[in-house]
Amino acid sequence: MSTSVDGNGATGGVTKLDRVVIRFAGDSGDGMQLTGDRFTSEAAAFGNDLSTMPNFPAEIRAPQGTIPGVSSFQVHFADYDILTPGDRPDVLVAMNPAALKANIGDLPAGGTLIVNTDEFVKRNLTKVGYDGSPLDDDSLEAYQVHPVAMASITQEALAETGLGKKDAERCKNMFALGLLSWMYHRPTEGTERFLREKFAKKPDIAEANVLAFRAGYYYGETTESFATTYQVAPAKLAPGTYRQITGNTALAYGIVAASQQSKLPVLLGTYPITPASDILHELSKYKQFGILTFQAEDEIAGICAALGASYGGALGVTSTSGPGVALKSEAIGLGVMTELPLLVIDVQRGGPSTGLPTKTEQADLLQAMFGRNGESPVPIVAPQSPADCFAAAVEATHIALKYRTPVMLLSDGAIANGSEPWLVPDVEDLADLTVEFAAEPNATDGSGEFWPYLRDPETLARAWAIPGTAGLQHRIGGLEKADGTGNISYEPANHDKMVRLRQAKVDGVEVPDLAVDDPSGKARVLVLGWGSSFGPIGAACRRVRKQGHAIAQAHLRNLNPFPKNLGEVLAGYDKVVVPEMNLGQLAMLLRARYLVDVISHTKVAGLPFMAEELQDVLTGVVKGVDA
Amino acid sequence: MTAIDLGLPALGGLAGVPTTDEPQKAKDYKSDQEVRWCPGCGDYVVLNAVQSFLPSLGLKRENIVFVSGIGCSSRFPYYMNTYGMHSIHGRATAIATGLATAREDLSVWVVTGDGDALSIGGNHLIHTLRRNVNLKILLFNNRIYGLTKGQYSPTSETGKVTKSTPMGSLDNPFNPVSLALGAEATFVGRALDSDRKGLTEVLRQAAEHRGTALVEIYQNCPIFNDGAFDVLKDADEAASRLIPLEHGKPIVFGKDGEYGVVRSGFGSLSVAKVADVGEDAVVVHDAHNDDPSYSFALSRLSTQDLTHTITGVFRSVARPTYDDAARAQVAAAVEQKAPNLQSLLRGKDTWTVAAD
Repeated sequence: MSTSVDGNGATGGVTKLDRVVIRFAGDSGDGMQLTGDRFTSEAAAFGNDLSTMPNFPAEIRAPQGTIPGVSSFQVHFADYDILTPGDRPDVLVAMNPAALKANIGDLPAGGTLIVNTDEFVKRNLTKVGYDGSPLDDDSLEAYQVHPVAMASITQEALAETGLGKKDAERCKNMFALGLLSWMYHRPTEGTERFLREKFAKKPDIAEANVLAFRAGYYYGETTESFATTYQVAPAKLAPGTYRQITGNTALAYGIVAASQQSKLPVLLGTYPITPASDILHELSKYKQFGILTFQAEDEIAGICAALGASYGGALGVTSTSGPGVALKSEAIGLGVMTELPLLVIDVQRGGPSTGLPTKTEQADLLQAMFGRNGESPVPIVAPQSPADCFAAAVEATHIALKYRTPVMLLSDGAIANGSEPWLVPDVEDLADLTVEFAAEPNATDGSGEFWPYLRDPETLARAWAIPGTAGLQHRIGGLEKADGTGNISYEPANHDKMVRLRQAKVDGVEVPDLAVDDPSGKARVLVLGWGSSFGPIGAACRRVRKQGHAIAQAHLRNLNPFPKNLGEVLAGYDKVVVPEMNLGQLAMLLRARYLVDVISHTKVAGLPFMAEELQDVLTGVVKGVDA
Repeated sequence: MTAIDLGLPALGGLAGVPTTDEPQKAKDYKSDQEVRWCPGCGDYVVLNAVQSFLPSLGLKRENIVFVSGIGCSSRFPYYMNTYGMHSIHGRATAIATGLATAREDLSVWVVTGDGDALSIGGNHLIHTLRRNVNLKILLFNNRIYGLTKGQYSPTSETGKVTKSTPMGSLDNPFNPVSLALGAEATFVGRALDSDRKGLTEVLRQAAEHRGTALVEIYQNCPIFNDGAFDVLKDADEAASRLIPLEHGKPIVFGKDGEYGVVRSGFGSLSVAKVADVGEDAVVVHDAHNDDPSYSFALSRLSTQDLTHTITGVFRSVARPTYDDAARAQVAAAVEQKAPNLQSLLRGKDTWTVAAD
């Protein structure tokens, strides 16, 4: 936590800070995700820049009070533009011993620890292997500890509501939120309004939550255990209208926008899977935009229905995670062969197999690239942050429609559930994505026939004639087709040509050149990332530069094809570092394509990189080059 | 949450599909592609029957789509001068579901086989049937894998000796009609490839049905399972084996109508001599019976050894279709809330950063 200039830091009990990281941690049933989400909304409403990281178990309710059952939500808010949810919390709120044990290791010395003491009873302590209460010995000496009997104070505050003891106790997360809202001078109206709306059908529960929230707020105000409160001023972001958004929501909005801008109805064919299901939940709410959501019997039926809709002239979309992509592979291949637009969203999670359903990873890059039989190229687009999912979805759809091809959109668990402010785009500024369906016979031999595999000479996209168009009846399918006519062909030379044409089409997809950020203009080391690691890499670069070193940063959004200038960019540096949350998949592609011996830095812990660990790696490389 | 009553009107199977007054002929439905099935394959007969039947619907040809999976029969779309997709193994029903849901102006037909529909595509088949998507599924059942050159299929009789089962197959076969009825299909029929008239009549009723219509077609594979249905085609044998169904008519069969279907036991049916039981005991066929147990009992009379085989329409009942209901929800949503992208993107909680 860095303190800004304001006398000695504290004025009248108020300390001004430029940024704070708070982590709420409790049992899966304690409502930590909601608490964190509300605090984030308060920070957003206040105008801070922010970034969040939810972290929860795959089990809906793991055994109560155990380490595997701990759920946490980290929010980083600041008065300047920040890039990550923060490496370590400045403030840890621990609702029970398990939450303390699981998270205390991340709290730096001097950090603030707020503990719900009611849960620190022998049974709960024993469950997680504490011999005695850490609140009673000196093990927490390094921290500023604030023991608060949150559950019992909440129960007392709700005594007159007539609510049962258990229901009252469940409101303790709102007590914690109220306390933190007081500590950080957060606006409270939004949360009270939110609670009344959320529990509109249970007014007594709504009131109880509001009471608990206020009790927490007043507790901070009236007790003397908290000497200081903190202020984090609004951030100076680019002018415009902002809202807070998660990656999955932004992605869903991108699909709605792409549908509106292309004037094509969407059919989302999908099967629920963590962490992609929220895309289905979101899109199912937007039927007024002509969006059909089809919850299929399995992953395969989901993508097949989407492809069938694309054949009919709709925008077919399927959303899933890695295991689902494995099941969909054959149908993606059919999309490649039939050259139909199709958006395939992979919200990556830890693998292989079922892996770590609720944790993040970037290990599906090679699956997206090569995970099909035969030569089966597909363009790949990867968003770099939660808000960027909107633009990435629009871009991926644009490629799919323009080139008539399945496109893989590689999000991941970190940005799917994480949130940040989003500069709401003006609809007027969105690109026009309209496509022209074939309307007339196009045969070049004067036969007056329609040839479905006649290509646009520039994009190599084939003609897209949809059922219902008179005179253009044709048949497509998974068997190899003759160039032009689209009739079945087993001709050796034709197959060779068609394989190369499909590859050339994808290779020729227009993507913007890779931009390099190097304020010094003298960097000899480039760090190149892709996808959700943008935040930590960017934060690490800032730190490296602050130490007086020069380092260049570039981030790949288009993984297939690569930007045309990528080879040139790579060749311009003495060393290229590629951090990835896999075992070096992008590094392998770069080495193969450009014969550049990139330095691969990898981590597959189910969690995003921390800026500090990347800082160490990058500083090491930079120093090595300078020496 | 209460579901919205969408108040769907009763529609015919082809409602919404544009029609034409121009007379059509079977040859209008023949594509320029050479048909490449083996000589003597039952698929030729079915192809001809379908091409001869379609003109009677009076639909615009460009609004008809044939979708198939993988297998010999799945080459069907290439030979039809309509729109078509030859897809991947087992998935035709799923692809057709997306197409039919996105496009109410299309008449969508699925062509599949016993391996494609019942083995690799079994899951999609039962879910399509339960959803009642407006599709017509032609299931060519030759009780063998033809395209992969002769392995047993999920409708092969137990003990079948094939390339993959030299000591005989072990698994119990599906009765496709029973399976479909178990999934609460709203329309199930059966016909023989060789019976042009019977097949055409089932196709006609299937086309008129709003919802998923499954038509099982017994089809001869002359190469790997020749003669599988010969007993049903032999004039002497057929009369006492084939039980043709006609809605509203007593179910009698035999050269002189000497056999009839009667009730027996716990809701099941059996075959009896009409002379023994009396005409009043013969069941009058009711394809519109909502209770699927009646049609299921009928389906059980068709045995794997073809002692008896029922043909015609087992069941044809009205139930809202998935695709109509999905489109109605969209229409209802549009009516309730005009689409406004800008307002969606802004959401409820925004803040403004002013320019310096």
